[in-house]
Amino acid sequence: MNSAQQYIDLYASQRDLICHHSAPVMNAVRDAAMEQFQQRGFPSLKEERYRYTDVTKAFAPDYGVNLNRVQVPINPREVFRCDVPNLSTHLAYVVNDQPLFERDIPYVSSLRQACIDHPELVVKYYNKAATGLALLNTALAQDGLFVYVPKNQHMERPLQVLNLLRSGVDMMVNRRVLIVLEEGADATLLLCDHAMDRVLFLTTQVIEVFCADRSRLDLYELEETHTRCRRFSNLHVHVGSDCVVSHNSITLYNGLTRNTTDVVLDGERSEITLNGCVVADKRQHVDNNTLVDHRAPSCTSRQLYKYVVDEEAVGAFAGKMLVRKDAQKTDSKETNANLCAATTARIYTQPMLEIYADDVQCSHGSTVGVLDEQALFYMQQRGISADEARLLLKFAFVGQVIDSIRLEPLRERLHYLVEKRFRGELNKCTGCALCK
Amino acid sequence: MSDNENPKPKHQRENEQPSNEFVRRVAEEKYKFGFTTDVHTEVIERGLNEDVVRLISQKKGEPQWLLDFRLEAFRYWQSQQQPSWGHLRLPDIDYQDISYYADPTVKKKEGPKTLDDIDPEVMKTFDKLGIPLEERLALSGTAVDAVMDSVSVKTTFKQRLSEQGIIFCSISEAVREHPELVHQYLGSVVPYRDNYFAALNSAVFSDGSFVYIPKNTRCPMELSTYFRINARNTGQFERTLIVCDEGSYVSYLEGCTAPMRDENQLHAAIVEIVVLDNAEVKYSTVQNWYPGDSEGRGGVLNLVTKRGHLRGVNSKLSWTQVETGSAVTWKYPSCVLSGDGSQAEFYSVAVTNNHQQADTGTKMIHLGRNTRSTIISKGISAGKSENSYRGLVRVGKHADGARNYSSCDSLLFGNQCGAHTFPYMDVQNSTAVVEHEATTSKINEDQLLYCNQRGISTEDAIGLIVNGYAKDVINKLPMEFAVEAQKLLQVSLEGTVG
Repeated sequence: MNSAQQYIDLYASQRDLICHHSAPVMNAVRDAAMEQFQQRGFPSLKEERYRYTDVTKAFAPDYGVNLNRVQVPINPREVFRCDVPNLSTHLAYVVNDQPLFERDIPYVSSLRQACIDHPELVVKYYNKAATGLALLNTALAQDGLFVYVPKNQHMERPLQVLNLLRSGVDMMVNRRVLIVLEEGADATLLLCDHAMDRVLFLTTQVIEVFCADRSRLDLYELEETHTRCRRFSNLHVHVGSDCVVSHNSITLYNGLTRNTTDVVLDGERSEITLNGCVVADKRQHVDNNTLVDHRAPSCTSRQLYKYVVDEEAVGAFAGKMLVRKDAQKTDSKETNANLCAATTARIYTQPMLEIYADDVQCSHGSTVGVLDEQALFYMQQRGISADEARLLLKFAFVGQVIDSIRLEPLRERLHYLVEKRFRGELNKCTGCALCK
Repeated sequence: MSDNENPKPKHQRENEQPSNEFVRRVAEEKYKFGFTTDVHTEVIERGLNEDVVRLISQKKGEPQWLLDFRLEAFRYWQSQQQPSWGHLRLPDIDYQDISYYADPTVKKKEGPKTLDDIDPEVMKTFDKLGIPLEERLALSGTAVDAVMDSVSVKTTFKQRLSEQGIIFCSISEAVREHPELVHQYLGSVVPYRDNYFAALNSAVFSDGSFVYIPKNTRCPMELSTYFRINARNTGQFERTLIVCDEGSYVSYLEGCTAPMRDENQLHAAIVEIVVLDNAEVKYSTVQNWYPGDSEGRGGVLNLVTKRGHLRGVNSKLSWTQVETGSAVTWKYPSCVLSGDGSQAEFYSVAVTNNHQQADTGTKMIHLGRNTRSTIISKGISAGKSENSYRGLVRVGKHADGARNYSSCDSLLFGNQCGAHTFPYMDVQNSTAVVEHEATTSKINEDQLLYCNQRGISTEDAIGLIVNGYAKDVINKLPMEFAVEAQKLLQVSLEGTVG
């Protein structure tokens, strides 16, 4: 049986159960998504955007799916505390794929609740950009997070969402996030992925973001799970005019991660920044795939992805900047820099330009290299050990991405986490149940 | 000789505005090699099957091993699908509607022996193209192998070259006279299983050049092949094999033209280069196949596999190409760097105008230790054309100290065209340093203004700027090619301003 078939069969037999524990708006698009998925199956390695990640293999094992929405008995605060010192946030939990709020958080609700409170918004924005693997998520997702910031409103405290994976058996999790910012709205989100149990986790995640004119969004994603986690994330961002949007994706510890980021710049004079930082060793596999679609004139896009890949890890980056005919005065820049620290590690990089407008400034740069011998020598001369010097250089290398983070407490926290990661101390974080 | 074989259907003429008529005239003037030659040519029936493959082999009097090679390739080709991954809109190619063998020298049984044996019309054709076929033009100092349609017409300077042990002849002649060399190297760099068009070529290749430079020999002159498609509804499938033995050097030039025809002509060639210890090969191409008219009708489909294998220690291979012609170009001159300390270079200028499409670039596969490669690619797109750079840099596990630098720049004229860059990097070694950078922009307005201020017309200024932009590549060409290439660039971009 091919690996797509088990999901098709699951859907066929459990459709009613899935729908029963979900909301009508989400149910309305399920069948069509499944039908499309059935036709296309999983993207194969021959597909240009999936050359570096074997999707079929990751989906092949038999995972449990919590279709009955059985509550997982944990008190998140007791078992886990992903604290960012000096940063006051609203905290929401998503345990596997079930949102959990300890108290009301302004602008945030579960998708099921949103289907009752703002059905018109959910109908308008839900599942507008589903392609590829997002189709499977659309067919199976039963709930999710809904963030809605009305016109000219400002989210005072950043929203921190803890995505916790907790299960006694191998588990598949279908997470969904819908973010709608109306004109002039402003929001900051931090999504952290953590795994509590050492079973096999498969996560599909779809984040849909709609930024209306003059809105501003900072979205941070931090993944710190373990080597038995597979994560397939699809982020779709639709940007109106005069917006400022930034996305930071930081992968410190994982098994297999595939992040697909699609940005559509549909309004004039908007700015989008996509940053990524990857630290991978053991047999980690991280694949970031971005597409920035410049449809409107005078937009700016910046991409900066940095990888440090060691041991038997695989790092892949493919980014495409598509500048359409009418997107004159586009200013677009893409940078991918990699450190390949072992002969057993592997790096693929593929920065692409597809340009149909002539009055543009587009460039990309990509490097794979080694640590600067002279800098190492210089530091050793001054009494810094070779190991420490190497560490400092690696730290500085990815530091460029972290420095671009606007929230200062988060920036400091990440510097700290990255340093711990390089020292091999990560996953021994203070406070979490795993490391206690 | 008929000067214009390209009359338009009447209804199209009637629809054209007077201004279009002028544009059309100018456009057609640009391609000055668009004449055809009325030589007696033997063309075999259209279509492709095992019998055709056998017939080609038989006509060339080939040994059994070569026929077997062709048949295996043909069977493999049949099992394959035409690739569609390029950023190209390939017209449907009806492989059964092409004649796979056209021989303009058919009058002679054994092929031309002296100049007098060659059809004077063929001679005139090559004179028109400026190819010094006559050895009295020895002053130009280039040895030429001229290939028209499927057959090598004449190789010059053979005598002088053979005194040094250099073999420079058509590949069919090499099969007869140096079968051991051809057998050893043919298909060793580009196996017939490599890709769809390589399989097709391996099955039906008709002629091409063979070069062997013996040990420690510096080839005293530039070797050159001139390809021309003349006959109607034929494809050209030439095959070039260059073997440069230890410590030797050769510089090889390739030029191509075709008449203007309404339908597409297929050109699927293979070039294989073997470079042994401490040897150096320089391969330069000025590709000026007929690009089709300004409406995108006709033109050559240039689907070529070119690869060099740097087998030897400290071997060196340099590809330089100026691509201005062809309706569709699908071409990735590649280097496999397996010798320790080997070096490879790729310099390319690709110009597309009107409805031309180019998907071109290179592959650098680093396998040996301390190997180096450089890629400089300059794309220029104008009109409604599409110009893509596609390149792969792979560093294998054992390629310690590999170094690559790639730079791809694109220049755009107008908002109807596209310029794309698709680089692939695949690094498996911790000591490798691979760098890639690419930029896309239009011509700098300040530079144009500066030139205009000093009385240089916009058209001339663009010529200047483009030539400056492409200088890195053109400087790598041998002198006589560099001059031609510069002119070609200017001609190809005429009328793109405004």
